Amino acid sequence: MALLEVHHMSHDFGGLRAVNNYSLNIEPGEIHGLIGPNGAGKTTIFNLITGIYRPTEGDIRLDNASIVGLQPYQIAARGLGRTFQNLQLWRHMTVLEHVMMARYSKLTYGLVGAFFGTPKRKREESESREKAQVLMELFGVDRFANQIVLNLPYGAQRRVEMARAMAMEPKILFLDEPTAGMNPEELIQMMEIIRRAHRKFGVGIFLIEHRMRFVMELCQEIQTLVFGEVIAEGTPEEIQNNPKVIEAYLGSEMVE
Amino acid sequence: MTPDNPTSEKHYLRLRHNVQHRLSLVPILGWLLGALLAVILEQLAGDYLVDALDMDKMPSLLGILAIAKDIKYFLWQGWDQLVIIGKMFAGGAFSGVVSVPDPFQTPRVLLYVFLVYFLPIALFGTLTIRPANWMADKLSKLPSAVSVIGYLILLYLVMHIWADMSAYRGMALRFTLIAVMLTLSLNVINGYMGEFSCSHPGFMALGAYGASVVTVVLFANDKLFGAALLPKFLAPAFFPLALVVGGAVASFGALLIAVPSFRTRGDYLAIISLAFLFIVKSLIENLEIVGGPRGLKGQPDLASLPVVFTWAVLCIWTINNFVRSTLGKALNAVRDDEVAANAMTVNTRRTKMTAFLFGAFWAGVAGGLFAHVLRYVNPATFGLQKLAEVLAMVYFGGLNSVYGSIVGAVSISLLSEALRPFELFKWVIIPLLLILVMIYRPTGLIAFREFDVRSVLKPKQNPESEV
Repeated sequence: MALLEVHHMSHDFGGLRAVNNYSLNIEPGEIHGLIGPNGAGKTTIFNLITGIYRPTEGDIRLDNASIVGLQPYQIAARGLGRTFQNLQLWRHMTVLEHVMMARYSKLTYGLVGAFFGTPKRKREESESREKAQVLMELFGVDRFANQIVLNLPYGAQRRVEMARAMAMEPKILFLDEPTAGMNPEELIQMMEIIRRAHRKFGVGIFLIEHRMRFVMELCQEIQTLVFGEVIAEGTPEEIQNNPKVIEAYLGSEMVE
Repeated sequence: MTPDNPTSEKHYLRLRHNVQHRLSLVPILGWLLGALLAVILEQLAGDYLVDALDMDKMPSLLGILAIAKDIKYFLWQGWDQLVIIGKMFAGGAFSGVVSVPDPFQTPRVLLYVFLVYFLPIALFGTLTIRPANWMADKLSKLPSAVSVIGYLILLYLVMHIWADMSAYRGMALRFTLIAVMLTLSLNVINGYMGEFSCSHPGFMALGAYGASVVTVVLFANDKLFGAALLPKFLAPAFFPLALVVGGAVASFGALLIAVPSFRTRGDYLAIISLAFLFIVKSLIENLEIVGGPRGLKGQPDLASLPVVFTWAVLCIWTINNFVRSTLGKALNAVRDDEVAANAMTVNTRRTKMTAFLFGAFWAGVAGGLFAHVLRYVNPATFGLQKLAEVLAMVYFGGLNSVYGSIVGAVSISLLSEALRPFELFKWVIIPLLLILVMIYRPTGLIAFREFDVRSVLKPKQNPESEV
């Protein structure tokens, strides 16, 4: 049984069908890619699965339990971490606070602990701080730990988002265009970081990406989405050689 | 000191640097002990000094009131007076007709403040750098609860002895502490959570009436509520309960606002909470059982300085604890990006709800204390003017900062006492000041600063090192 299953999901924005009959299976530890031209509905699929929108039709199952209708924070707490296409960081908070915040659902000290500073709170907060420290080191942002996140260079901000998502200890990680706005050097770095996270935590990854090289090198399974419908599905080789994909999306670049 | 003399200028700069350096080495403990010395000195010798300087009376709030009166005197009917003084100094014309204007107290007040407060505190602070740092170091090695309580007792002693000199001081000090509680609790909502709530005076009113009803019903022979139900000596024991009831009533009011307005973001909360403020006010005005527009009086005298001080400390402590925990920082996350907070497992709705009710609770407790300091409440107190005052304190002091709220509340309280002689113009000067702060420091004086008690209290100098 797959870790994440999406069965025949459809979503309408008013009269417009943004996603049609979409299905997905991700096994634990698998890296799955979603490609497609702008406006194909990729981010909508992310928002549907993560609970920001509620699908019009279909079912989504995480660990064999339906998550349709749950709030985003509930779905996240069940093990679905994500990053955003345009960085969505908290502008007044430090890097350390970002990473610790993602452990919110793991804290059990409650309001009594928050108001009166109980020993339990001290223990849980320092445990959370240690775990955050490990993650910040892994993603190379530990030297910025006490800096406000806005003061960081762009690439580091992206890595903070990754570290924050990993602090939730997700079973599956959604990456929405992790290399957007990066130069080739940063892109290689990012690929290395994703591989490292994947190796170290054995987390499943579902990613949206525009850069073909990146997708082809990382993913085991790729889906191609056009106008809300999957037109092709398979391994990188199959996708590269699929005439429909070449026509709809890749164009002459890949034919060469 | 003249710029055309380089050596003396250099000398002056070095002196200034040395003074600054020495002042920076004084730990909080040194300042507190210095302040204690100053207030004891005033207790012992203040009256003699007042006589010696031929002053009307002892300056009540560091002399700011007397100085403001003088300023007003000059502004209102000052020109001719200025001319008289000018003639006096121009010499010759001492024919006995010309006299120094009677209200002109400023030089004497300044001298008094310098001799009684400034000089002892500065001298004591700088002369005891070594022992004070040594003691601060010893204190910091104790469990933090013990050392913080020690500091609080010291602080309370200073306040107590100072306030003992006049009833006015006691009143002003208690109102200032209540203002700190109000400001801090509003900062949780407007600063940390980043919503704009206007209902704080409403929560305060609910707390004031809630607590007053409890104490008046139980302990006062009242026209509206009948004879006292319990003997008076039990009143201090029941007062915390009464305040908590006041806070709970305010929290309940907050719940009524939160349920409809937290479904959306933006200006809705501002509008709904403003409406709530007026609803509470007119509700109380029309409730004859609590006295209607005439107000409710007869509260027993329970809000003494130690009681108010304890509650203020409790308020600062819990709020500071809250905003420094991950649960409290979730407020910042919700404010800065709610979608991201939600995706990072933060229960955004619960977070906002908690903070709003928590803020309202402390506003209610502050209201309860306010009613018992004044021993009278009426609904007109809790209107737009009160709202403007609290908002001014929050935004002047600084958003998202416990430190800033304390500074804001104390400085605006002092300022509004100082501006009392100017009557209506007070409400021209304070907003003007606020506009200036908004232009030059848009988030307030001390915004986005964490209030870490341990680092505030720590010694400023390694005890082994040379002075």
